[in-house]
Amino acid sequence: MKLNLALAQINTKLGDVEANLAKHLDYIKQAKSEKSDLLVFPELSLTGYVLQDLVASAAHKPVDDDPIFKHLLNASKDIDLVVGFVDEDSRHRFFIASAYLSGGKTIHVHHKVYLPTYGLFDEGRFFAWGDRVRAFDTRFGRMGMLICEDFWHASPPYLLWLDGADIMLFSSASPGRGLNDKEKLESARWVERVTKAYASMFTSFVAHSNRVGYEDGLHFWGGATAFDPNGEEIAHGPYNEEAITYSQLDLNQLRRTRARLPLLRDERTNLTVSELQRILQK
Amino acid sequence: MIDTNLTINTDLAREILTGFVKTEVTRTGLSRAVIGLSGGIDSALSCILAVEALGKDNVLAVRMPYKASSKDSLDHAQLLIDQLEIPSKTIEITDMVEPLFKLDSEMSNMRKGNIMARERMIVLYDQSEVFKGLVIGTSNKTEILLGYSTLYGDSASAMNPIGDLYKTQVRQLSRSMNIPSPIIDKAPSADLWLGQTDEKELGFTYEEVDKLLYLLIDQRYSPQEVIEVGFDEKFVHAVMNRVRRYQYKRMQPPIAKVSNRTIGYDFLYLRDWGT
Repeated sequence: MKLNLALAQINTKLGDVEANLAKHLDYIKQAKSEKSDLLVFPELSLTGYVLQDLVASAAHKPVDDDPIFKHLLNASKDIDLVVGFVDEDSRHRFFIASAYLSGGKTIHVHHKVYLPTYGLFDEGRFFAWGDRVRAFDTRFGRMGMLICEDFWHASPPYLLWLDGADIMLFSSASPGRGLNDKEKLESARWVERVTKAYASMFTSFVAHSNRVGYEDGLHFWGGATAFDPNGEEIAHGPYNEEAITYSQLDLNQLRRTRARLPLLRDERTNLTVSELQRILQK
Repeated sequence: MIDTNLTINTDLAREILTGFVKTEVTRTGLSRAVIGLSGGIDSALSCILAVEALGKDNVLAVRMPYKASSKDSLDHAQLLIDQLEIPSKTIEITDMVEPLFKLDSEMSNMRKGNIMARERMIVLYDQSEVFKGLVIGTSNKTEILLGYSTLYGDSASAMNPIGDLYKTQVRQLSRSMNIPSPIIDKAPSADLWLGQTDEKELGFTYEEVDKLLYLLIDQRYSPQEVIEVGFDEKFVHAVMNRVRRYQYKRMQPPIAKVSNRTIGYDFLYLRDWGT
């Protein structure tokens, strides 16, 4: 089976969800015309990133009667979508979230479990922490979604792997930093290194969609990527400009790679659990 | 050996910084910029970045000499104006500042320098209204950290593309963008009085202090650690004291909190709110 993947790296209007929705619908149209099966938008793609006190007014629910999501759910009848948004739960906690939409339904919602609150980041001040890392079934097999800082920690991708995800969809609003004499920013080099490493270590597909544009002095660098289960790069978007990056995932590659390299078969989860229990009981 | 390589990828810097100017100017609804061109390297670099971002017809260069300003300053600014083919104005500030100077015959060079820097700010912001362009900042990271500027004078701007580049990085980027060599090669000076140079006034060279600041600020070395690798103890403490003492120049004035929601503390929005 083949999956035609499209990674959207877009700029957003800060806190203007309707304007950002219009851009999503435009990108969906483009991806559909290229016969894409799945289009992945970056972190907080419907809202912008440094929301601060705009969080509450930018929040939405991924349901039919939501004025924003009804359009996206309708669009998902023809193409699967991953969108980034602020999710408000029934008790008015606000989460940085990604929703997987398919066939007019919300299939899965991931709440960001690691909120960076250090250096230039202040997410923990404005958002609630997610408390689940779950894989989910789609028409292309089992997938998992993570948001930016989630995959700076090794455990969420590991959990998704054990929970059956063969395709990991990462999204970011990664501020560019670490300009030195190298060809790429330090932030870009690091993200590309770990996404490639996860694909290699977990013999899985890993795709990453990152924002572009500026918010005050912050600059988002784009550079969407996709890696196959051998850790080989199969797509790489441009830096610093809006784009859709297309690639085709040959899902049969999972079988070929894992026949050669049975890391999943040999993973000793019970060993991990027993050692973790010992460490936690110290 | 400790890494004090401040070299930057100039292509990448150019792309990010011109993108910054273009985006942050146009999202305010404007499309033009105004820059006070001193004849020095910092304003030359900000100017060339703005021209690359907005186009040569959309950047106004303003030269604002005082009667004692060096002729080189005017000439060097003109070199860049000619090279970039941008609109320019020369507005002499002598007649604006002299009446204030005359009120006090004892006035120090420092006070006169501050008055001139603030007068230039007034002229620039007035031209900003005339040209419908935003004032682009020209302060580099070294001088912002050292507090080597006049508050509400040369430090005033709508946005600053070069404020995260140390002086030595400003030089590197300037060379790569073909800024005329007399501008790059001359001794940095605020040109507020005859013979003034930054390095004479500060008591150290930019090259020395940039390495030190890079370790202390960017690489988070402690003062003790940089002394251990060979930086002079007095120099390190003098620089750290400057960085701490001039924090106020890098901030909005604090507002005394009495309400439940106070600007600066718990009323938090980016300037790009809604755009």
